[in-house]
Order: sequence, then structure tokens, then C-alpha cells
Amino acid sequence: MSVVRASRGGGGRGIALAALLLVAACSLPESERSAECIAPAAAGGGWDLTCRLTGRVLTRLSLVEGGMPTSNMPGAGGGVAYAHAVGQREGDTGVIFAASAATTLRLAQGQFGPLRAEDVRWVGAVGAEYGVVAVAADAPWQTLEELLTDWAARPDRIVVSGGSAVVGQDHMKVLLLGREAGIDPRTVRYVPFDGGGEALTSLLGGFVQVFSGDASEVVSHLETGSIRVLGVLSPERLEGLFAEVPTATESGYPVEWVTWRGFFAPPGIGAEAYEAWVARLSALAESEEWAAARDQARLRPYVMVGADFEAFVDRQVEEFRGMAREIGLIR
Amino acid sequence: MEALRLLGEGFGVALQPLNLALAFAGVFTGTVVGMLPGIGPINAIAMLIPLIFAVGLPPETALILLAGIYYGSQYGNSISTILLNVPGTAAAVVTALDGYALTRQGRGGEALAMSAVASFVGGTLSIVGLVFLAPVLAGWAIRFGPAEYFALMIFAFSALSSVAGNSVPKALAATGFGLLLATVGMDPNSAVPRYTFGQLKLFDGMDFVVVTIGLFAVSEVFLVLQASRWGQDASLAYGRVTLALADLRANVGTMLRGSVSGFLVGVLPGAGGTIASFVAYGLEEKVAGDDARFGEGELRGVAAPEAANNAATTGAMIPLLTLGIPGSGTTAVLLGALLGLGLTPGPLLIERNPEVFWGMAASMYVGNAFLLLLNLPLVGLFVRVLRLPRWVLMPGVAALSFVAVYAVNQSAFDLVLMTAFGILGFVMRRSGFPLAPVILGLVLGPLMEKNLRRALALSAGDWSVMFSSGLAVSLWVLAAVSLLGPWIWRRRRLPDGGVGEVD
Repeated sequence: MSVVRASRGGGGRGIALAALLLVAACSLPESERSAECIAPAAAGGGWDLTCRLTGRVLTRLSLVEGGMPTSNMPGAGGGVAYAHAVGQREGDTGVIFAASAATTLRLAQGQFGPLRAEDVRWVGAVGAEYGVVAVAADAPWQTLEELLTDWAARPDRIVVSGGSAVVGQDHMKVLLLGREAGIDPRTVRYVPFDGGGEALTSLLGGFVQVFSGDASEVVSHLETGSIRVLGVLSPERLEGLFAEVPTATESGYPVEWVTWRGFFAPPGIGAEAYEAWVARLSALAESEEWAAARDQARLRPYVMVGADFEAFVDRQVEEFRGMAREIGLIR
Repeated sequence: MEALRLLGEGFGVALQPLNLALAFAGVFTGTVVGMLPGIGPINAIAMLIPLIFAVGLPPETALILLAGIYYGSQYGNSISTILLNVPGTAAAVVTALDGYALTRQGRGGEALAMSAVASFVGGTLSIVGLVFLAPVLAGWAIRFGPAEYFALMIFAFSALSSVAGNSVPKALAATGFGLLLATVGMDPNSAVPRYTFGQLKLFDGMDFVVVTIGLFAVSEVFLVLQASRWGQDASLAYGRVTLALADLRANVGTMLRGSVSGFLVGVLPGAGGTIASFVAYGLEEKVAGDDARFGEGELRGVAAPEAANNAATTGAMIPLLTLGIPGSGTTAVLLGALLGLGLTPGPLLIERNPEVFWGMAASMYVGNAFLLLLNLPLVGLFVRVLRLPRWVLMPGVAALSFVAVYAVNQSAFDLVLMTAFGILGFVMRRSGFPLAPVILGLVLGPLMEKNLRRALALSAGDWSVMFSSGLAVSLWVLAAVSLLGPWIWRRRRLPDGGVGEVD
């Protein structure tokens, strides 16, 4: 892989950028704009990236007038922004909020207090990642089956690290795999870290035996051969580096984990405005510009919009709720 | 030397006219943005990323620009910290201790100059470290587990004895208060809310900037208000705006020690500039001995944390570029930029995109040099803000505080919280409680809790894990020596001091 130089950049362009820099640095976020994307987390995370990429491509395709700047509204794992959408932005047709499987998982587990999935309008998903399970390169397990068999025999000896909190996505992935392998969820030892990077480092450092995360998080370490990916939690095998890695379903453990990335709009925006957002996302998802931006961000194609997506979200929340109950996480 | 040749090529990249111009633009923008705490480097960089994508700059050029902003904003922040006691980052709290004390003695100009020089030294030395030690240190960072992190936090706490002020019980109370504040918000392990009283705004805990600006800046406004009389005009006097050569020479060792310790701490993901600053300050106070007046306006108290802070910034690039782990919020944004530019941060980055890695290493150096060139002459200008009469300056500080805090989360709730902390800070200062331990507790608390719980989860509840590696044991020994050493030393010295021979 070599870097494609988009441009050698002329001097005039540099000066123009320098001038723009100053303007950008001085402009505080404004609330009155034609369109806005709210990332329910601080700058730098997945939601932030979803907003910024989408905003960039929508602007380039002239699907939003005057661009779509990103605002960050961190707090309560997305709960602050969710409450803001429901409580303060009702009927606002100019704003969408980034969301992902983490949002539906938290809704299902009641982590947004009294707020429900039906309180907002789910517009669509425009990309996804898939879960992976990895071990260190020198670990004794060559296949997912070997790992899970060993694990079921002595659950106390195996510790998993992940980048999300207890009962978050990375924890759920191993609980689901464990369920298929007959491991009591209460014996699974999961240690949460601050993000996939730190969790992966704990695997490389030998502090844990198993890493649970997303495919994009393990790319560089898979290339150097410092880890071994035992399974991907996708419906089909992933291409490229992951081509040799079997899906969990192939290995006899039918578990999938799609970390979709998409958007919701505030309640009460009316059918017309809702359909307008759906149309924008559909046009975005079909464009070459989006394909390029999505690939750069290590997201895989995954498109679902409008009524399909609303039904999908309802189903997913129900499913997550059932799982949490089954595993004994909620009553 | 292979590394030197590559670094030479890197300078070739960094010194291209466009890159040079953008490094300068980045440093300048960063300085301006940094002076308004709360916006900070994270938001500055996040705002610029779409712009960089849009213009289509080559990756190394884009990174040079972003790194310039990163550096510049750190220095910009020390300006508001030293002159106005408005620290915008946790790391700057340490600089505020002696920096603002110096300002009140009319030595703000010297403190700013010291800060610029120390930042330059820290940046320069750490780039040498980055160039020659990156692969080695990346391996070291991996071996640093939860138990080692916990021991490091305890070591950082030993800096407490330096910021304690006059009364140990009051300092302990302030620390305990900081630790209590740290428990507000979602439990780091299970995301269960604690002490939030159903307020969604409190789910993420007490934002550090809100508490700091409240405790330091707002309380300062109250204090000045209380001491003001009708007709009083001049605010703070200021003297020299340059650094005496003797002062510079006296601080060489301090800057070297600060750079080395700061760099090493910076390499550890998650530790970052704050712990680096506290560790460097604590270390320096121990080295300096009894004649130094830390906390009451000591130049070394500015030089050590500023060198450490900047060195930690460079150190944090190592896990980012070689392991793909962002060590701080800002490096997390940089990581997003790298991915967006089509680069894969990780063990192969240096091999595959040498022009990016070495170009950035070289441009960080260039950026540091610009920072020094830009800011030393401007010290005189910055200091002039102190000439403003109090009736202009103090409302200005209040306005700056409100804007800065609002910029963090765009939340009016934070403004109320900040004002409450301002009142609390006022009461604490009037009754002789030191403020820095509150911040130390607030910043270190969550890290300590997370790592303690992780370590115990990994060992299934066996406490011996805390001493299970050589690295952890050495950190515990360091912490013990640093906490108890001065006390034992003083007791042993006492008999032949004032009391005379015992037997």
C-alpha cells in the first residue's frame, strides 16, 4: 500500500489554507445553520467520524445547502445527545444525530433512563464494521473451536479485554459466543479498557488471553503477525487481510455482530422532512465519493434506510433486551 | 546512522516552503486558540480536519499542520495560565502554581519566557528520543499493565507533598475532596451512574476544565473583588520581560530532568501530559532541596512542568505512530486524521511511509523552533495585558472563563457548576486550603480506580498482582522514597540542627 499523493499542493493553495485556518479557528459553533450533524461524543470517536465523513460527502454532492457542520455533544454514552434530540429539538428538520449499534444496545439496557427507541426517527445506516475475536500470535489456540472448547473447560483461566464497558458491545460479543459454546455468562471474565487500542495492547502485553473488538481495530497488528484473528462475526467472510479468517458461523458458532453506523432525526419532523433525510442518505450511499470515504474510514458497505431501518432498529432493541435478560444482566 | 539519514530526509520534507509555511501557520493558530482555554487542541484539530480533506494536502503536510497546532495550543494555554491563572488543561494546573505566583510578584514576563524556553528544550530533547528510541519504547509501553499504571499514579501522588502548602491535614482533605469528585459520573467498568442524582449532565462526571477554571480563575476574580477599593487603579506590576542568563543557567538541569521524565511518562498511553507535569514538578521539588520556594513563585516550578508537558506531547506520538494507540484526546483526533488520509498507524508505519514519520519528527522540531521565535518577542506584548486596570482585567477573566467553559460542552449547566466551584475555591483559599490537590485527585482518581479494578480483575482479586513485576516494584519503591524520604531525612537531620547533640 503506498500513499497516493492527491496533490503536490501549490503555494497559493497553502496561503489560502493558512487564511482559512484563522477563520476556522475563530468561528465558534453556531446553532443557526441550514443543516447540522450532532455527534453524541467528543471529537475523535466513531460517532464524530460518522458525522464528519457524512457531512463532507453530502456537502460535496450538494445534497445539503451550505454544508453540514458537526457539533459534538458528549455525555452519558450518547444519552445527553439523545435526550437533547427528544427534549429540545422536536420538529427540527435541519439536524441529524450519529448513532451505532452501541446506541441501540444502551437503549435496550435502559441506560438512557426513560427514553425509548421509538422516541426518535431512525433515518438509516450507511456503513458497518464487524466484530472479531483475536488472540496473541504465540497463543496455543489455532481455531475458534479450540479456544471455546478450552474456555468451556476452565473459564477461570481465560480473561478477555475489550474497548467497551461491562455489558457493552465487546463484552456482548464474547457472551454470545460463550452461550453457543455452553459457557455460563457469569463465569466469563471480561476486563474493560478505554477503547480498542488499549484493550489490544493488553493482549500484546500478555495481560489477557483474548481480545474482543472490531475488524478495523486489529488491521495493523494482523499485518505484522503479532496477533491471530480466530473468527469474524460477520455473515460472510471479509475480504483482503481477513480472507483467511473463518466466520464464527462457519466454525459452528452462529454469532454475528454488526457495528452499524447511521443516524436518527428528532421526533415530530413530519413525513416530508423524514423522507428528505432518507433520500439524502440513499443518494449518499450510492455515490462513489461515499465509497471512497467509507473505505478510508475502514467501514464496510452496509446500507439500510427509511422504514426498513426503523423496523430493523425495533427488532434489534428487542433482541438485545432479550439477550440481556437471558444473560441475567437486566431483570 | 540509518536514523540520522532518514531524519535528514525528514528535514528535507519539513523545510519545503509550503510545509514550513503551514508549520508556522499551525503554531500561530494553535497559540491563539490555546489562549482561550476550553476550545483547546482537540477542537482546533477536529475543526480543521474536514478542511484538510477538502484541500487535499499530502499526508505529511497535513500532519505537519496538525502537529503545529497541537504544540502551539499548548503554549498558548500557558499564557492564560501564567498571566491570568486560567489553566485550560490539567497539565497547566501545575504551571499555574508557580507561574501565577510569579506574575503576582511582577515576574510574569520572566515566567512566560521561561515557559517558552522550557517548552523548546522539552520538545527538542523528546524529538531526539522519538527518533532514536521509538521502537524500543513502543515495546516498553506494551509491558506496562494495570498494576504498573496504578503504581505510577501513586508515584504521581507523591508530588502532593510539594503542592501541599503549609498544612498537611488541609492538603489531605483537599485531595480527598478531589477523589470524591472523581467518583461522580458513570462507573468506568460497568457504566452504572454514581452520584448523578438523575442529571444526565453529570453522567460523564465533573469535567476537569469546569472544575479547574471555577476553582482557580473564578475564585481569583472573587478574591480581587474582595480586596478592591474605590479609586484603586493599577492592577499588577510587571518587570522584566526577558530572562536573566543566570536564571536560564540555573534551570538547565531542571529542564533536562523535566524533559526526560515527561517524555517517558508521555510514551505510556493514557498517562499523558498531566501526570508528566505532576511527576516532573514533584521530582524537581525533591531535587531542589529546602532553599527552593516551590508554590510561592519559583522559576524551576515553571520550567519543570513546561518541559515535561511538551516532552510528553512528543512521547505520546510513539504509541500513536507505532502501535496505533492514541495516548490522549488530541492524539485520538490525530489518529482519525491519519486514517482519513489513508495511512495505517501501527508497527508498519515507519517502514511504509518513512516520509510521513520522519517528516513529522523533523517538523515537530521546526514547529518548536517557530514557537520559540514567535513567542519570545511577543512576551512583552502578552504581559501588557496585566497593565489593564483591574476593572477591565477581572471582568475580562470572568468572561474568558465563561466562554472557555461553555466551549467545552455547550452546556449552561457547566456554567452554574463553574460558578459554584468558584465560590468554593474562594472559601477554600480564604481558609488556607490548597487547590492543586483537588485537581490532582480529580485527574488521577478515575485513572487509579480503573487500573486498580483492572489489575484485580486480571488477578481474580489477588492483591499480590500489584507487586508482581519488577517494573511495578520499582515504581512503588520510587513512590515510597519520594513520599517518605524528605520526612525521614528531616527527622534524622533535626538532632544536629537546632536541638544539638543528643548524647
